[in-house]
Amino acid sequence: MSAESAAEHVHVHEPPSSFIRRWIFSTDHKVVGIQYWILALVAAFVGMWLSVVFRLHLANEGTIAQLNNQLSALAPDSAQAQALTEQIKALQAKWFVLTPEKYLSYLTMHGTILVFMVLTTAPMGGFGNYFLPIQIGALDMAFPRLNMLSIWLTILSFITLMAAFFVPGGPPNSGWTGYPPLSAIPAAQGKGYEGPGGYGQDLWVLSIAIFCFASLVGAINFIVTTLDLRTKGMTMLRMPLTCWAWFVTAILSLLSFAVLLVAGLLLLLDRNAGTSFFIPGDLFFNKPLVDHRGGSPILFQHLFWFFGHPEVYIAIVPGMGLVSHLLSTFARKPVFGYAAMVFAIFGIGIVGFFVWGHHMFQSGMSPYVAVAFSVMTMVVGVPSAIKTFNWLGTLWGGNIRFTSPMLYALGFVSLFVTGGIGGIFLGQNAVDIYFHDTYFVVGHFHLIMGVAAIFAMFAGTAFWFPKMFGRMMNEPLGKIHFWITFAGVNVIFITMHLMGLEGHPRRYSGFNYDFLSSNYMVTCHKIVTHTAILTATTQLLLLVNIVYSLFAGPKATDNPWEATSLEWAIPSPPPFENFKGGHVPEVHHGPYEFSVPGAAKDYIMQQEPPEARPATAPSAH
Amino acid sequence: MTPLLFVGMIGALVALTLYFFATKAPILPPLISEHGQLIDDQIYLTLIITGAIFAIAQLGLAFLVYKYRHREGAKATYLLGSHKLEYTWSAATLVLFVGLNLMGQKVWAEMHLNEHPKPAIEVEVTGLQFKWYIRYPGKDGVFGRRDVNMINDAEGNFLGLDKTDPKGADDIVMGSLTVPVGVPVVMKIGSRDVIHNFGVRELRVKQDAVPGLAVYIPFKATQTGSYEVACMELCGYGHYQMRSQLNVVTMAEYTKFLADNAP
Amino acid sequence: MAALEIREAPAAAPARLSEGAGGPSGPAGGSDGGGDGDGDGGKGQHLPRRTYFTALWLALAGSFMIFAALASSYIVRRGLGGDWQALHLPPILWFNTLALLGSSALVEWARRGLAAGRLDAFRMRWLSGTTLGLMFLGGQGVAWWELHRAGMTLSANISASFFYVLTVAHALHVLVGVGALLYVAALALKGRAEAKGGLAADLSALYWHVLDGVWLCVLGLMLVWR
Ligand code: HEM
Ligand SMILES: [Cu+2]
Ligand SMILES: [Cu+2]
Repeated sequence: MSAESAAEHVHVHEPPSSFIRRWIFSTDHKVVGIQYWILALVAAFVGMWLSVVFRLHLANEGTIAQLNNQLSALAPDSAQAQALTEQIKALQAKWFVLTPEKYLSYLTMHGTILVFMVLTTAPMGGFGNYFLPIQIGALDMAFPRLNMLSIWLTILSFITLMAAFFVPGGPPNSGWTGYPPLSAIPAAQGKGYEGPGGYGQDLWVLSIAIFCFASLVGAINFIVTTLDLRTKGMTMLRMPLTCWAWFVTAILSLLSFAVLLVAGLLLLLDRNAGTSFFIPGDLFFNKPLVDHRGGSPILFQHLFWFFGHPEVYIAIVPGMGLVSHLLSTFARKPVFGYAAMVFAIFGIGIVGFFVWGHHMFQSGMSPYVAVAFSVMTMVVGVPSAIKTFNWLGTLWGGNIRFTSPMLYALGFVSLFVTGGIGGIFLGQNAVDIYFHDTYFVVGHFHLIMGVAAIFAMFAGTAFWFPKMFGRMMNEPLGKIHFWITFAGVNVIFITMHLMGLEGHPRRYSGFNYDFLSSNYMVTCHKIVTHTAILTATTQLLLLVNIVYSLFAGPKATDNPWEATSLEWAIPSPPPFENFKGGHVPEVHHGPYEFSVPGAAKDYIMQQEPPEARPATAPSAH
Repeated sequence: MTPLLFVGMIGALVALTLYFFATKAPILPPLISEHGQLIDDQIYLTLIITGAIFAIAQLGLAFLVYKYRHREGAKATYLLGSHKLEYTWSAATLVLFVGLNLMGQKVWAEMHLNEHPKPAIEVEVTGLQFKWYIRYPGKDGVFGRRDVNMINDAEGNFLGLDKTDPKGADDIVMGSLTVPVGVPVVMKIGSRDVIHNFGVRELRVKQDAVPGLAVYIPFKATQTGSYEVACMELCGYGHYQMRSQLNVVTMAEYTKFLADNAP
Repeated sequence: MAALEIREAPAAAPARLSEGAGGPSGPAGGSDGGGDGDGDGGKGQHLPRRTYFTALWLALAGSFMIFAALASSYIVRRGLGGDWQALHLPPILWFNTLALLGSSALVEWARRGLAAGRLDAFRMRWLSGTTLGLMFLGGQGVAWWELHRAGMTLSANISASFFYVLTVAHALHVLVGVGALLYVAALALKGRAEAKGGLAADLSALYWHVLDGVWLCVLGLMLVWR
């Protein structure tokens, strides 16, 4: 490389020699990125474990409800009835039977952990931190110390959240959306939630407030880095789509987390300082609630969802960028409609700020406003559709290599379509009357935001692992993991759509309704639980793969996937300053120069000299 | 091997999903309200349109994955995109999605925007942890005053009715909702503590009960029978058992019901 | 470039730089996100001057969203609940406003002095500006105390709740700003205020001026929608 020839300019920058400064409180964006990635991995397993427990609870309750139905048809003291009663008792004694409070608090923690600590950290803080500077040709993020501040605040936020498990009363039980008055009045959450029992909810709010702050700091860093630290020749339109996605995500974070911060702080005041931002008057909890009046619960929902809808895009947009990148790389073809992809990401980002009301069609907000939100929601479906079409267009005429990152990316496309279809129902205010707060919604957002985004993380992990750790992951293990997980999540969440079609309400811990204890519903619940356990167990394969490959994977070359972006032009794993001696190469090509007619290989890396691209080839940008 | 497996997997996904939606969707819970027909029509229309989109997109993905799988000596085409195609499908989805949406606005207007039918039976629905109470205005057609300080659960005054208000003397409070068939009803929905949601699947009605706010929802039941009312907004640990009943009865039975329960 | 050699300067041994770009990490000060100005991280990455301003503007955009969310909540909440009592704003707020505006003017004057190379003038003006900023904070404290004594506590009425939340949110920003001003003052005393072309002074001044604007908006909000 040309860096060697300019020997007199090389100042080798040694990493800090102390272990703590190098690996723990490190300002190196690669270390920070890995720290985010590990945080997400840990949080994902915690959150998943919680869901396994409450899914077990649900399947068990379903069986009990069915047995109770049979029991009521029998004579009370027949032998059969007694046997049934015994059976029910045995089921009620299972370790995973939860009280309604516990069920809801596990549910709340599951949602909060996964939305904030996984979906918001890994795609952006994890992969973004590690690869944004390298892909645009920078030595680090613009403000490395701020970057360190972000990760440590995020870790602090995670610890604060976890602390909710250990306070009296346990974690809050008001859902990840934390609507007041339920979240604002300790007495509302039940016995044991007053006094010290209410700390769980306070910690929850505090954790989110810290998280907001960390995300704001992180967002500033991402935007500045993208705008100002690109290397020579790396114009905005030569950035890989991953960078565009991180850029737009950072803008979304910057504008939305500040609003959540406000919502959280006002909620904290309502809980602890006797204010009435969200708590109306004339409430009754065992006795009239005298010290609050006039507040508006709906105001909180507006603040929450003003953040909440952009948040779902914060979770998915980095995935969209990565998937575009991978489809192109492994189909050995340029991205279909690069400009349209950039435009669509921006479209989603901008329009995404004007649709939050679609979570509130049934909330009692003005029905006129609901119509406007509904139409805007349909409009935001258009850039989503553009993305899908262009992904298919990218595959068209390709030469597809089926590596495990590519499989995860293809899985993402499929899941995105399936989940997006649910959105077409829910986005219509009239149809939402039927589907609101049913399992249909649960199925929708898990597919599109939960699982699709997580598939993007799988893809990112499989794709970048060789670069991050210098070893390849195991392909067969990765593929098995893909097939089981892909099949599993579809079974789980499409079944939930079917339950929603029957009107099954979400956030129910029991079966106290005739239509819930029907054989059909209970069977659905059991299918979901069993598949969920299988799928959750399969995630151990991923863990095994990571640990095994970390130590015993085959050594990775610099560019094992024959990809084009800058991270593949440096050693695996990269040196401390990314580019040897701090010499960042100049960029001469667009990011997706695959199969250029007349070129020597089927890919041209971004830093290759201009001559690598035949003058006769059609021009890219 | 992998591309074939992928095709198989997507094929199974499409076949099973379409099969289950096609067999389960026609049996949405029985419809018992007039406006519900419009909602159901819209749901079915959406199902058909999105079903087609779903199948085309998924099968298209599977087809491309198979057709363009890596083969010895194969080379990808250098294709950068096509503005014409992009404009076409953007415009097509815009028209389709927004058009679909606008078709659903009629029933929304009927429920929320237009003036509610008169005369209509007015009932007051109040959610509280974890029960529903329904109040009828009685013969005078006017609800009496309510005061949070008069709430006394032990004495059964869950709503805090002011016993001294003559307008409230004939008010009836019940734990379930009874309405006559074929007559417009307007519910005034509210809550005395946290947010609840009054939902009846068969009625195709679902509305948050927000403390400090009264929301009016009209409906006209078309079939007699008993239906379950479920709370559809997380309201605390007892959310899952906040169950009530909707009884749709004939006018005669309704008159008798009022007379029997009059204080 | 010599600048590439610079690592994080340990506090004990501040490396003195002669001139030009790449001073030993002159913290941006005013940035809302904690004011790291060190574009280095031990790798010798050089940040153009513009970058610090981009970062500051972005941080201000985040703060703008905070105040926008509070202001819209204020307006919505005022229109909804029937319990709004007009708040009698403590008269000292007018004095505080003058102090803040005066501080801004002094800081700006100081900055111009620095640009003209008049270090002594810079120090005088900058320190007086900082003092006025501190007086603003003190004055806000008096305003809270007066309101509190008049019975308008945080939970007494929603108008008071909003008053406290808005003014405290602003005061926290001012506190960060005062920190930045003091930091630059300390730099000035060590004779390093011109490092990176007076970057630290320029950034803190910009931040400080924006806080004036925020304060006028907050005050205007509370006057128009009493
Ligand atoms: C085609 C585009 C989409 C449309 C039209 C759409 C529409 C909707 C609507 C209307 C709801 C509210 C349903 C209700 O509560 O009654 C909803 C819920 C949700 N959506 Fe989407 N959505 C779309 C895409 C997405 C994407 C891309 C994500 C995330 C990556 C997402 C994540 C969510 C989440 C998390 C919820 C549930 C929030 C909760 O209540 O806890 N949606 N969606
Ligand atoms: Cu949304
Ligand atoms: Cu409920």
